[in-house]
Amino acid sequence: MSRIVIGPFNRVEGDLEVTLDVENGIVREARVSASLYRGFEQLLLGRPAGDALAIAPRICGICSVSQSLAAAAVLRAAQPIAPAPNGLIATNIAHAAENIADHLTHFYVFFMPDFARAAYAGRPWHEATEARFKAVSGAALREALPARARLLETMGLIAGKWPHSLAFRPGGVTRALALGDEMRLLALIADFRAFLERALFSAPLDAVIGLASARELDRFVEGAGAAGDFATFIRIARDLGLEEMGPGPGLLLTAGAYLGPEGHRFPAGLLDCATALLREPPLSRVEEDVSHAYMRDTAADPARAETLPDMRREGAYSFAKAPRLEGRAVEVGALARQAVAGHPLIRDLLARRGASNVFARIVARVLEIALLTRAMEDWTRALAPREPYCVADAPLADGPFVGFVEAARGTLGHWATFRDGQIERYQIIAPTTWNFSPRDAAGNPGPLEQALAGLAVGEEGATNVAVQHIVRSFDPCMVCTAH
Amino acid sequence: MTKARDDFTLLWLQAGSCGGCTMATLERGAAGWFEELRGFGIRLLWHPSVSEETGEEARAILARVERGETRLGALCIEGSILHGPEGTGLFNKLSGTGRSMLDWARALAPRAQYCVAVGSCASFGGVPAGAPDPTDASGLQYSGVDMGGALGPDYRSVKGLPVVNVSGCAPHPGWIMETLLALSLGRFTRADMDDYGRPRIFADHLAHHGCSRNEFYEFKASAEEFSERGCLMEHLGCKATQAVGDCNQRAWNGGGSCTQAGSTCIACTSPGFEATRGVHRTPKIGGIPVGLPLDMPKAWFVALAALSKSATPKRVRENARSDRIARGPTPGAEKKPGGEKKT
Repeated sequence: MSRIVIGPFNRVEGDLEVTLDVENGIVREARVSASLYRGFEQLLLGRPAGDALAIAPRICGICSVSQSLAAAAVLRAAQPIAPAPNGLIATNIAHAAENIADHLTHFYVFFMPDFARAAYAGRPWHEATEARFKAVSGAALREALPARARLLETMGLIAGKWPHSLAFRPGGVTRALALGDEMRLLALIADFRAFLERALFSAPLDAVIGLASARELDRFVEGAGAAGDFATFIRIARDLGLEEMGPGPGLLLTAGAYLGPEGHRFPAGLLDCATALLREPPLSRVEEDVSHAYMRDTAADPARAETLPDMRREGAYSFAKAPRLEGRAVEVGALARQAVAGHPLIRDLLARRGASNVFARIVARVLEIALLTRAMEDWTRALAPREPYCVADAPLADGPFVGFVEAARGTLGHWATFRDGQIERYQIIAPTTWNFSPRDAAGNPGPLEQALAGLAVGEEGATNVAVQHIVRSFDPCMVCTAH
Repeated sequence: MTKARDDFTLLWLQAGSCGGCTMATLERGAAGWFEELRGFGIRLLWHPSVSEETGEEARAILARVERGETRLGALCIEGSILHGPEGTGLFNKLSGTGRSMLDWARALAPRAQYCVAVGSCASFGGVPAGAPDPTDASGLQYSGVDMGGALGPDYRSVKGLPVVNVSGCAPHPGWIMETLLALSLGRFTRADMDDYGRPRIFADHLAHHGCSRNEFYEFKASAEEFSERGCLMEHLGCKATQAVGDCNQRAWNGGGSCTQAGSTCIACTSPGFEATRGVHRTPKIGGIPVGLPLDMPKAWFVALAALSKSATPKRVRENARSDRIARGPTPGAEKKPGGEKKT
């Protein structure tokens, strides 16, 4: 048995170290460590409650809108107001833009460059992939980065700037859009759609959204979408067997995404991959375990817990706590959202393997780019002229409250207790805290730890590129994880 | 000529960061950030978010820089330097190396021709340094307003500059890149930095300059609730008159700014901005805001405010309390009968 430490693990967001115990070329156990602690949950205590809107988003510069919205959601839960419908819609447009930008950055900047590595020299697709996707120098980046910047102009319009916007409030957004702003929004969404239909899909968005099975996906890749970057990924994935790689824990969770006047665009749910059983997620049964975290013992219920580091804790190897739902590790992310929403392609991909995997995670993320771009168009047209965008705050009730949103990487929850308008407790469970959690007291590994166990790395050990694919397939955000 | 004199190398590291400075930088360049770097002859040695090298390959790059085998043009660090617990820096190890970022920053900074703190965290400590400062966070050369930080007050880069503090949370991509490009061309000197080491590229301006709400400011026609169009200073905590930045003179994300969006300036370019409690309300004594414009005598401000409030046009007063323009600037709308002679 040999122990291999991989770090710095880059092209992820933040600080990640992966330790693999390898025996006869097979990964027996993996330990996933978040190596950064900044103490946001301590920074928030004793502040006026509204300050969470300025402090909490600064946990993460890649999904700061999601953090803002979780803070706004927990503040809203504590006051008797109904947000302005226009405010919810404008929020969804901005949130979708951030989440699309995340998925796009992941695909082009974080994930695809691994297929351009020298390890794959000799594969028939390698030369073309290197020209298009090589880190820093690939031709695709000259298209994808400007498209991303153009998409993020949504933030300039709705929220003033990104990252770390301050425009999102419990009652809506701080800027009402005028007719000219709506037209500008439609114009920049159209530009972004044009990039997608030219470069990523080489096909109309509706053709991607309408894919209903793995078989249809294969036909799309060899036919209408053959020239797109998505098709390149699918062909590589088939060649390398990414569908067999990195199985998740079998439970997929989403708290519901994009809350509009008529409810969530993608509904909440908990899906068992093996049985295809879908049910309401028991979100009141979330607990966090600190047995392997550099943390002092605390309540398991996030509504009553504290976060106080303890570097000397026996057996600890990460600053991340281990969230569990009814005692079980669950996977969150685009795959969970689209599986729960019942997208037929995603359901089919899961049914083929009975579990999540590297391939399905990437397909779900890219599919979500298409779905959300279309949704942004719908939402912009749904804005009601002359109606308000924000409802003023009301005094906060005392007590514990919780707010959930879906970040690009999955379910994000903020648990807060308010007393006299001040923050008495604040606990955050971020998507990657779920996906990259350490072991719990029963010794159960977190989702990535499970996904890496059993991987054949052979003689290459830690340098086996498959390790990189599996880790990055979750699009980890380590700065959110331990915060 | 836009190329650096020779291959100007760039090493970018993330300490106690949120990654937001990198995310902002990726918005830069009509053909993307990497094209812009190439166009200026800047070679990216390694960046944790974008480079191919991972694990052992990345450690080898850092080792060569540390040993002086690879010449280092600019060392960019985003994120606070965490000294805790108890001075060990172990709240932020550079994974795979067993060493803290505090240790790495001190090892690499002396090798750099220029050292650039990207963002308010690396500049002054930033949000992680807010009370109770659980991780003992500092900037590279400042702790809040005090010189010191991780590298000490006497640190100078190989080219003799203190740390260049591109503050902001996150900084505008233009601030970051215009500074880096000027450094790569040897055109950035001590005289281009203000007293806090911030590039005068943005620090010669107040965030207030060019604010689209300036007419409301002039007449002290104030918003009282968020999403109203009036001036945000009197009631909602806006600090644009007290914070440096050309935020309202250049486009953020294609045309925005915090105040343009109605979300107030929280002075994110200033050391200690994280210490504010109650960021969305203006603290006042006797009805007068405590934080007045940076270089304006209080008595003058009070007198002018009273005068301008008495002269506020109806259009401005009405629009200040509306979430969109309630009344446009119709010619003649404000004229009183007989007030002016017709010609």
